Amino acid sequence: MKVVVAVKRVIDYNVKVRVKNDESGIETVNVKMSMNPFDEIAVEEAIRLHEAGIATEVIAVSLGEAKCAETIRTALAMGADRGIHVKTDEELQPLAVAKLLKAICEKEKPDMVIVGKQAIDDDCSQTGQMLAALMGWAQGTFASKVEINDGKAQITREIDGGLETVELSMPIVVTTDLRLNEPRYASLPNIMKAKKKQIDEYSPEDLNIDATPRLKTLRVDEPPPRKGGGKVADVAELVDKLKNEAGVI
Amino acid sequence: MSVLVIAEHDNHEIKGATLNTVTAAIALGAGDIEVLVAGQNCQTVAEQATAINGISKVRMVDNGLYGNGLAEPFAALVVGLAKDYTHILLSHTTSGKNVAPRVAALLDVVQVSDIMEVQSSNTFVRPIYAGNALATVQADDPKLVITVRSTAFEKAEISDEQVTIETLGAGDNPEISSFVGQELTRSERPELTSARIVVSGGRGMQSGDNFHLVEAVADKIGAGVGASRAAVDAGYVPNDYQVGQTGKIVAPELYVAVGISGAIQHLAGMKDSKVIVAINKDEEAPIFQVADYGLVGDLFEELPALTSELEKQGIKPR
Ligand SMILES: Cc1cc2nc3c(=O)[nH]c(=O)nc-3n(C[C@H](O)[C@H](O)[C@H](O)COP(=O)(O)OP(=O)(O)OC[C@H]3O[C@@H](n4cnc5c(N)ncnc54)[C@H](O)[C@@H]3O)c2cc1C
Ligand SMILES: Nc1ncnc2c1ncn2[C@@H]1O[C@H](COP(=O)(O)O)[C@@H](O)[C@H]1O
Repeated sequence: MKVVVAVKRVIDYNVKVRVKNDESGIETVNVKMSMNPFDEIAVEEAIRLHEAGIATEVIAVSLGEAKCAETIRTALAMGADRGIHVKTDEELQPLAVAKLLKAICEKEKPDMVIVGKQAIDDDCSQTGQMLAALMGWAQGTFASKVEINDGKAQITREIDGGLETVELSMPIVVTTDLRLNEPRYASLPNIMKAKKKQIDEYSPEDLNIDATPRLKTLRVDEPPPRKGGGKVADVAELVDKLKNEAGVI
Repeated sequence: MSVLVIAEHDNHEIKGATLNTVTAAIALGAGDIEVLVAGQNCQTVAEQATAINGISKVRMVDNGLYGNGLAEPFAALVVGLAKDYTHILLSHTTSGKNVAPRVAALLDVVQVSDIMEVQSSNTFVRPIYAGNALATVQADDPKLVITVRSTAFEKAEISDEQVTIETLGAGDNPEISSFVGQELTRSERPELTSARIVVSGGRGMQSGDNFHLVEAVADKIGAGVGASRAAVDAGYVPNDYQVGQTGKIVAPELYVAVGISGAIQHLAGMKDSKVIVAINKDEEAPIFQVADYGLVGDLFEELPALTSELEKQGIKPR
């Protein structure tokens, strides 16, 4: 069974992002970039399926600027077998990413694609479901457990009220939730080995996909600041304030 | 042309978030609003929906295919109905997020996720980077699929008049998925996303057992109980308690954060609350920067003291 994982290069989750002065977007110059945390979980899950003898090959795919190759190398160092880089400097939105991933799926014919449940930059939570739709496949979104048996997958999903389990016919798309696994760190020898692994490069044109953004960003603003910092001395003052000043209890 | 709102429900009761989504639909000013209730034995839900103010029709599909909200058949059904609508709206809940992108991709149109404001029928404000920035976005596709942040819109009112129910047949069954089971967290307390007050515990709680200290306070003021990711990951409380960028977004009148440091991912889920209280022993904790009332202290002393103070001052759940 072949597994494709999608890994997005995003601003590191520890960075406090800043809106550009001209309100056109977010400052990305000299900002630390990392693999989207949910995609680390996706890579880890694929590697575990490989180690369990269920997956035969794990292919890490990233789409975007030249430096996405670094994100692919990270996935290779974690244990993915080879990489695919769809290279473009244009902005890619979820529907375009899903179409490009579909083109890759048609070439590679995987039985499973694992993506993050959400990219922590655009917070869209769309790509996996869109890919599943375009392929006509079933989807196991927000997965906290993945089990594969005789061409079927049992996926435990995190839903608003608790947990839900569904059974899906392969091939499938899985989107990862935080508690699916804990991603490993790449060891130094594996980082060295990863340098020799193969990364194929395509452009959106090579794949015959029109990746033009459908959604125009008119402006980006800072959210209105919150005036915090007030203190109370003890619980008596707290209850008094909540009751008589804020009127919320 | 008109707007379709997909109702969220459990076959018995319509979920409150649907009412917020209807308000967003009204704000579009894009024509009549119809509500789709698809489920199994969902007649009572459809009847509840008929009384939502501002809608013109309820369309009901009562079929076993939709009993558990599986995305594959559900999206196929919505796509089959899509030609009548310029906008298709769902709540930005786990079920809305599961279905909406599937619908958008099958229609080859853009999805606008988690909108917080409607500026016009094609221009919206939505949070990016965990709400650390707000993007104003415009979509020119002939049809739009939209998910709505419930806490950013009021609930539509319930009227005395009722619109009609149109019954429809089932759509295609892709036959690629089936429902196995559910394990729902049972609680007598108010549901997190709609609670008027939320009290959340973090890693500072140290164990699941200690959460009874949070619950004692919550019960005095009629609050729902939430948690940080660290508390959930440590197994103190179930997964669906998580408040934050990747958990639930809440905006209650009062949010009380106990033993929570205030990471941006947590703030993303609660910083739109009207009043924020933080109890933390570290006076440098970032949570204090957003708190209206910060109490520096050890939660193991402060929580029992707070419970008795609420008792003493005669505070009751509203
Ligand atoms: C992709 C991604 C998504 C994430 N999504 C979320 C999310 O949705 N929600 C979320 O919450 N987090 C999320 N996180 C995690 C987030 O970054 C923080 O790690 C998490 O919020 C920390 O939880 P905490 O505040 O409970 O723990 P800590 O940061 O460890 O803070 C514990 C606090 O308790 C205080 N404390 C300890 N003992 C006591 C005591 N006896 N009395 C009083 N105070 C005490 C300490 O002073 C400290 O401030 C996400 C992270 C990533 C990478
Ligand atoms: N440019 C990209 N390159 C690689 N993977 C991506 C890209 N965009 C989205 N994805 C995948 O899709 C998931 C969900 O993204 P989104 O729909 O934008 O929230 C991410 O966690 C990634 O796994």
